Amino acid sequence: MAYPANYRYTREHEWIDVSGSSAAVGITDHAQDSLGDIVFVELPKVGDRVEKGKVFGSVESVKAVSDLYAPASGTVTAINEDLTTAPEKINADAHAAWIMKIELSNPSEIDSLLTAADYEAYAREEAGH
Amino acid sequence: MSAPATLRKTPLNALHRRLGAKMVDFGGWDMPVEYSGLIAEHMAVRTGVGLFDVSHMGDIQLRGRGTLDAVQHVSMNDASRLQTGQAQYSALLYPQGTFVDDVIVHKFSDNDYLLVINAGTREKDYSWVRSQAGRFDCHVSDYSDYYTQLAIQGPRAEQTLQRLTNADLSQVKFYWFTWGTVCGLPNTLIARTGYTGEDGFEIYVPSSEATSERVWKEVMEAGREFGIVPCGLGARNTLRLESALSLYGHEISDSINVWEAGLDRFCKLEKGPFIGSEALQSVQAAGGPERRLVGLEVIERGIARDGYRVLDLAGNAIGNVTSGSPAPFLKKNIALAYVPRALAEPGMEVAVEIRGCPVKAKVVPIPFYRKPKKVAASAV
Repeated sequence: MAYPANYRYTREHEWIDVSGSSAAVGITDHAQDSLGDIVFVELPKVGDRVEKGKVFGSVESVKAVSDLYAPASGTVTAINEDLTTAPEKINADAHAAWIMKIELSNPSEIDSLLTAADYEAYAREEAGH
Repeated sequence: MSAPATLRKTPLNALHRRLGAKMVDFGGWDMPVEYSGLIAEHMAVRTGVGLFDVSHMGDIQLRGRGTLDAVQHVSMNDASRLQTGQAQYSALLYPQGTFVDDVIVHKFSDNDYLLVINAGTREKDYSWVRSQAGRFDCHVSDYSDYYTQLAIQGPRAEQTLQRLTNADLSQVKFYWFTWGTVCGLPNTLIARTGYTGEDGFEIYVPSSEATSERVWKEVMEAGREFGIVPCGLGARNTLRLESALSLYGHEISDSINVWEAGLDRFCKLEKGPFIGSEALQSVQAAGGPERRLVGLEVIERGIARDGYRVLDLAGNAIGNVTSGSPAPFLKKNIALAYVPRALAEPGMEVAVEIRGCPVKAKVVPIPFYRKPKKVAASAV
């Protein structure tokens, strides 16, 4: 699956889609594929402060738990409640199934994140291909 | 990508990789954890049929006039009750009454028994049985590398396998076995056993790669009509957990005894002394074990996982989860755990500490899942 060129990525396998000072955050297709069938998403709460590199929630597949790390700092403005009852939407289309939206407190943090090409190379290396 | 050189491979390793399976290190073996997806594989076994490569399991054969005495000495169930062609669940114990491993004992004849053992404990089990059986007139052989072991599991397993063998599978009862030609291979061991809590068979074919792949493909073809899928160790684990079957290193180990594990019905003290029996009698005489294995159903939102702490409702740590997972067929979050005997009654409420937070769970009867009774006139 293609990694959208307008997103940026973390080494912990989150993506962030920035528009202006707000952004949507999810996990990558590589992450959902490694996890397998996702059955549980622990979402943050609207109004929570998240900090770049810190845990803001978790996703669980049948066999594993994986923490979610914030790609950038900010305040949670929305959460994707659909994922509470239909977490498998992440498996179906990881790059569309956003988990939270945040108002960025320091938009320059985005510059240090991976580009789509860099992330794709990184994910391929991690998968051992 | 090929397996790291240090991992052991079954004869079907190359096939699993060609099928695109996700591979994991399981007790030193490079094994498929899932192919199409764990939930789909789990459901196929509950409702149709699935095929597993379980060639990593070990096979120890005991032969000679003293074999029954040796088997009685090293295992806790009563092998003298077995008829030729019958198998039983049992375990190898240490003198303390704790587990070397759990095993399935097959009686081939009065002087010939086969023990099927776990992958991660193969060498340990073999040297244990050899050393303990030494004083009996009995020859112990490790046949593990001679067989490719395939498990065909699910309510459609019989119909699938029947297409490939001359043996009349309808005459083979659960935990019995027979010999037949399978895929043209004469004298193939066909056992109605498994580790899924479902009806099914395990077959033992010669371990050459070409033969193993040919049999695998013929089974897949025979089961196509019933929606057969290849299944990995992920589904194997969730299937056995729903059925509350023990896994070595989790529910049973060298620090857990038979009474704690709740395997009383497979432990026959009345057959006479065997390794571990004395210690188990002492535990019984002292009033029984202080902790017991129980089933837990998580009743608040959260998934209990292996190793998580179990708390009482006051927040005190009282035990540990040995296996925990979402249950794909039951659609509940379930776990097996050790708790003090006073809390080991169905209906008792406890909590599981999930990443720092107590999440409520209740003790429920096990197994969580029981296969439906066989319908006499099943649609063929």
